[in-house]
Amino acid sequence: MELNAHNFKENAAKALEDKDLQESLAKLGTGFPLKRLAAAARLPEFEALRDQARDIKDHSLRHLDFYLEKFESRVVESGGCVHWARDINDGREIVYDICKSVGAKTVTKGKSMIGEEMAINEYLEEKGLIPIETDLGEYIIQLRHEPPSHIIAPAIHLRKSHVEEAFRETHTDLPVDRNLDAPEDLLKEARAMLRKRFIDADVGITGANFMVAETGSTVIVTNEGNGDLTQTLPRVHIVLCSIEKVVPTLEDCTTLLRVLARSATGQEQSVYTTFSTGGRHEDDPDGPDQFHVVILDNGRSRMLGHETHDMLRCIRCSACINHCPVYQSVGGHAYGSIYPGPMGSVLTPALYGLDQSCDLPNASTMCGKCEEVCPVRIPLPKMLRSWRQKQWEDGPVPLMQRFGMSAWAFWAVRPKGYHFFAKIKMRIMGLLGRKNGHFKSLPLTKAWTKSRDFPAPEGKTFQQLWSEKGGRRS
Amino acid sequence: MSSRDYIMGRIRWSLGRGSLERDDDSQLEERLAHPKSNLIPARGQGDAKAQRSLFVKMAKEVNATVSRLKAFDNVPRAVAKYLKEQDLDDKVRVAPHPHLKDLDWSKLDVSFGFTLGDDETSVVMAYGAAAETGSLALLSGPESPTSLNFLPDNHIVVLNAADLVGDYETIYARMRRDSNQSDFMPRAMNWVSGPSRTADIEQTLLLGAHGPRKLHILLVEEDG
Repeated sequence: MELNAHNFKENAAKALEDKDLQESLAKLGTGFPLKRLAAAARLPEFEALRDQARDIKDHSLRHLDFYLEKFESRVVESGGCVHWARDINDGREIVYDICKSVGAKTVTKGKSMIGEEMAINEYLEEKGLIPIETDLGEYIIQLRHEPPSHIIAPAIHLRKSHVEEAFRETHTDLPVDRNLDAPEDLLKEARAMLRKRFIDADVGITGANFMVAETGSTVIVTNEGNGDLTQTLPRVHIVLCSIEKVVPTLEDCTTLLRVLARSATGQEQSVYTTFSTGGRHEDDPDGPDQFHVVILDNGRSRMLGHETHDMLRCIRCSACINHCPVYQSVGGHAYGSIYPGPMGSVLTPALYGLDQSCDLPNASTMCGKCEEVCPVRIPLPKMLRSWRQKQWEDGPVPLMQRFGMSAWAFWAVRPKGYHFFAKIKMRIMGLLGRKNGHFKSLPLTKAWTKSRDFPAPEGKTFQQLWSEKGGRRS
Repeated sequence: MSSRDYIMGRIRWSLGRGSLERDDDSQLEERLAHPKSNLIPARGQGDAKAQRSLFVKMAKEVNATVSRLKAFDNVPRAVAKYLKEQDLDDKVRVAPHPHLKDLDWSKLDVSFGFTLGDDETSVVMAYGAAAETGSLALLSGPESPTSLNFLPDNHIVVLNAADLVGDYETIYARMRRDSNQSDFMPRAMNWVSGPSRTADIEQTLLLGAHGPRKLHILLVEEDG
């Protein structure tokens, strides 16, 4: 998709006013997070598994060239093909060339964030092919011509009525008076429509959660089974993945799988975990004849060994997104990137440049919940802070903000003066606000007082109270 | 320069080294040649009896149904019973697995082989299962078409209790042992935990998305 990450503030303000979106998001705060909590509580080894998951990814990244080469040679030995793509243009061309070489017309697609990164559907459509998303959420947003708002629940921003509207507009062969009130009706219709597509498709494209160097396998996890129909039925299976997804062995992959679903949806395991290795064997009754793996770099090799290195551990579970108070308030589209939430605010500037996404590192309350739930323990707040620092050093910061920050910094390193002025300010605000206990408006705080009152201080600073109590809590 | 060389070059440059030192390399080779298990949850590490009841419990939790049989010979009868209970047609597509082919299917309308999508019910043989999460391991091959696992509405899986283990790692070890080659992987290894589902409409869980609407497991315990 086209990056629209420089409009976060504007988008966020709109999102807060969007009633449908707010209703959809209301469920998120308790849904996934509570399920994750229950799954983690049920597995005594969960925290230890997270440590191992982190270590496995660290090890793989440290020897990334070795494992990628191994993976490549194993894919070739098992009869598959590996294609390397420096950037999204490379990737798109490779995919199109494969489709062209087999005279493909229809292409079914399982959910793939690399596919989103490449905007592969738009590209194939331009070239006259018919790409069809088969994950229910992705199918819905494809019909609505919009990008996903969440990396594992792409249509989480929509209400049932939006889905009905999209289906009525698209499935025009069906009776107009059919009943689509219940979610079950919508699912039944999508299942029937896509069934034909699965069977007719010439090429199936899926993503990959992992690549296994030991065996040359690519791995997907799904709950719907669409990824498996996508890769089993057509003549050609194309896997879209990126360089950081390789892990050494089946055992290593399994450790990561043990934390993936639990962190994401709170499931013990996804319904379907599929390891694909090469094309159809001579005596296999079904499966694709050709197996292609497209490995995308698109800026990731630049992240290795640098500030955002740890971000390459990410296994795209979405736990950080599900737990983020900012995401819960504004949803995914506000971020203007296919990668929303904390992981997106770190990754988007790394992939597309800070100048394209300057608001994103600030789209965080720094509450730290994201790091707390990350299955591979990525220090997301620290990385957001490092982007903020970079932005301060050489990025675009509005003049007023720069002035304000400089003024604050000046006093912050002069504690005596800071405390002196703070004391005076608190006393004045305490006196002024004594009557109401809060302010309806104050100079320079419009962004705050627009939507809520500013609580009035009680007349003393924290330091004053702290020393009055002799430096104790009570 | 090819894209491959470019990417490899960038990776090495970013990691601050040339291609790997020999020593390092052989350690990594060793790690791949003799894969070691990481931490395995204790949950699945009971005796055979405990593993069976854990498997049944976990599979039921994810909306599979399970019948426990005393002998392979009872499989056709159990399939017939299930079809009747579910009010389904007695036409079934069966995987051409030797264990299944040799059974007496005379009471049902049975055909063997893969499916093109016009079969309502399939019967397949599992390679094994992991009790840990109630997951079945289905390996593709001439005796086990992958299409039978995803296209039919009703998916019946026969599992020999002797092939039921505590964890995934034990299944991998058996696959490596059985094949004795480095290319021991089938084209598709499907781990299946319950019937297909989605929560993409308003986060409401619905069973039967694109894959099977129902998963029924026949656990055969010939040892009693």
